[in-house]
Amino acid sequence: MATPEPVAAIQPPPPPADATHEFPLPPILQRSASTAELITQGAEGRLYRTTWLAPDRFCALKHRPSKPYRHPTLDARLTRHRILSEARILQKCRREGVAVPALYGIDESQGVLSMEWVPGRPVRVEVNEYLQRRSGKYPGRARDSVARDEEGAAPLVGLMRRVGEAVGKLHKAGIVHGDLTTSNMMVRPWERNKKTGPINGSHQEDDDDTEHSLEGEIVVIDFGLASQGSADEDRAVDLYVLERAFGSTHPRAESLFPVVLEAYKDTFKAASVVLKKLEDVRMRGRKRSMLG
Amino acid sequence: MAAAAVETVALEHLPATHTVLLALYRNVANASFLQEQLLSRNADFEYAFVDASTVVSRFQLLSAVYKAVSAEMAGAMRTPNVHSEMVVSLSSNNNISEAYRRYGVQPATKDVVVVKVLISREGSPSSLTPEDVEKHLETHVQGDSVACSDEELAKVTDWPKLRKYHKLNGLPWIEAIKDEEAKKKELEMLIVSAMAMRGT
Repeated sequence: MATPEPVAAIQPPPPPADATHEFPLPPILQRSASTAELITQGAEGRLYRTTWLAPDRFCALKHRPSKPYRHPTLDARLTRHRILSEARILQKCRREGVAVPALYGIDESQGVLSMEWVPGRPVRVEVNEYLQRRSGKYPGRARDSVARDEEGAAPLVGLMRRVGEAVGKLHKAGIVHGDLTTSNMMVRPWERNKKTGPINGSHQEDDDDTEHSLEGEIVVIDFGLASQGSADEDRAVDLYVLERAFGSTHPRAESLFPVVLEAYKDTFKAASVVLKKLEDVRMRGRKRSMLG
Repeated sequence: MAAAAVETVALEHLPATHTVLLALYRNVANASFLQEQLLSRNADFEYAFVDASTVVSRFQLLSAVYKAVSAEMAGAMRTPNVHSEMVVSLSSNNNISEAYRRYGVQPATKDVVVVKVLISREGSPSSLTPEDVEKHLETHVQGDSVACSDEELAKVTDWPKLRKYHKLNGLPWIEAIKDEEAKKKELEMLIVSAMAMRGT
């Protein structure tokens, strides 16, 4: 009589050896000695600050890691599709003269997109610091909305205008951003002694100690949710999302949002239809349908 | 004569197994000989001979080099070797023979950028040293060796040709940039972006 083979006890899976395994670096960053700093992490990807080709040229490297819960074939196709879509949109913006990061390299099989590093800080940070300085200077106004004609408001009004122009140019180029917040716009300091001409990523260091101002060119970043299209509805949603971003992140600056819309109108010919749609969107919110 | 005709370039994000060598020759007298060596697949001439008039800057050139080496490492090359891949990587479309014609050495080419990558594989280190390469080029390239710097490259760049190749004419905002240097920077970035998009 045969005795049944002893069955090995079921073992729980071994715990991950190292916590860093949870966030694998893309191969391009594993094989190099140069440093990569994790800047931000979203649901879909991670953004690193590293260097490109030469140690003095900084780049933003976006990595979309593969998702273990997806079927490998589907995973590869989705990653590829999203990386390429973002790259194409950056390239299109660039050709049309919209200020966006230049594309340095694509490796869709690794899920990696490398772009020019945009120096400066997000509009969100600049605006908030402006509002803080204002509270310090005029404690009486700390809780009031910024008025267009109040003393010292000119730099903020100027910034709002440039934001509106940037969005207008983007829409004119046939691109809808999909996540237009004040965090996804950078204020890139003007090149020294010059009010025109962007700085091309290289030779730029973080200048945390120097004085910051609202002066600079608006550079729209993160086209991960962007799409090519000319639907006025989608454009209106872009504006609505931006308006809400001002309302929630900088409520005291929301009073100046009409400046953004005016500049948008001056930059983009088809703006009036979009602004009309914006009123509808305001009434019902971002989602067109209340179902699902 | 310059002390070192061939420069070893450290490229970020490349493994230590890969060594990139760079040289620039002006007034090359034997371009057709160099092209013939490539056409006959002479194994001693495993180089990328690039028409320097299609090169804007080191950054643009090295972008192509990096793209080619990445393809080589990933086993995703579309041409016979890493050096032909470099020439094709300077292009922004998928036509390979056109890319050789436009960016590679031709009998009439006057200025030539030479790129060579030495690859050491496990168990078989590269049999060549940078000194060997320098000696070989010195013997076979009849031209004036100059530093492969942005300044020297800028002297020979043929902008009208490049703008045609990369479809960069008729962009009103580019024409509106008054500062020539700023305009060239924008064009350079557009070319680099277009090169990055090739093959996708």
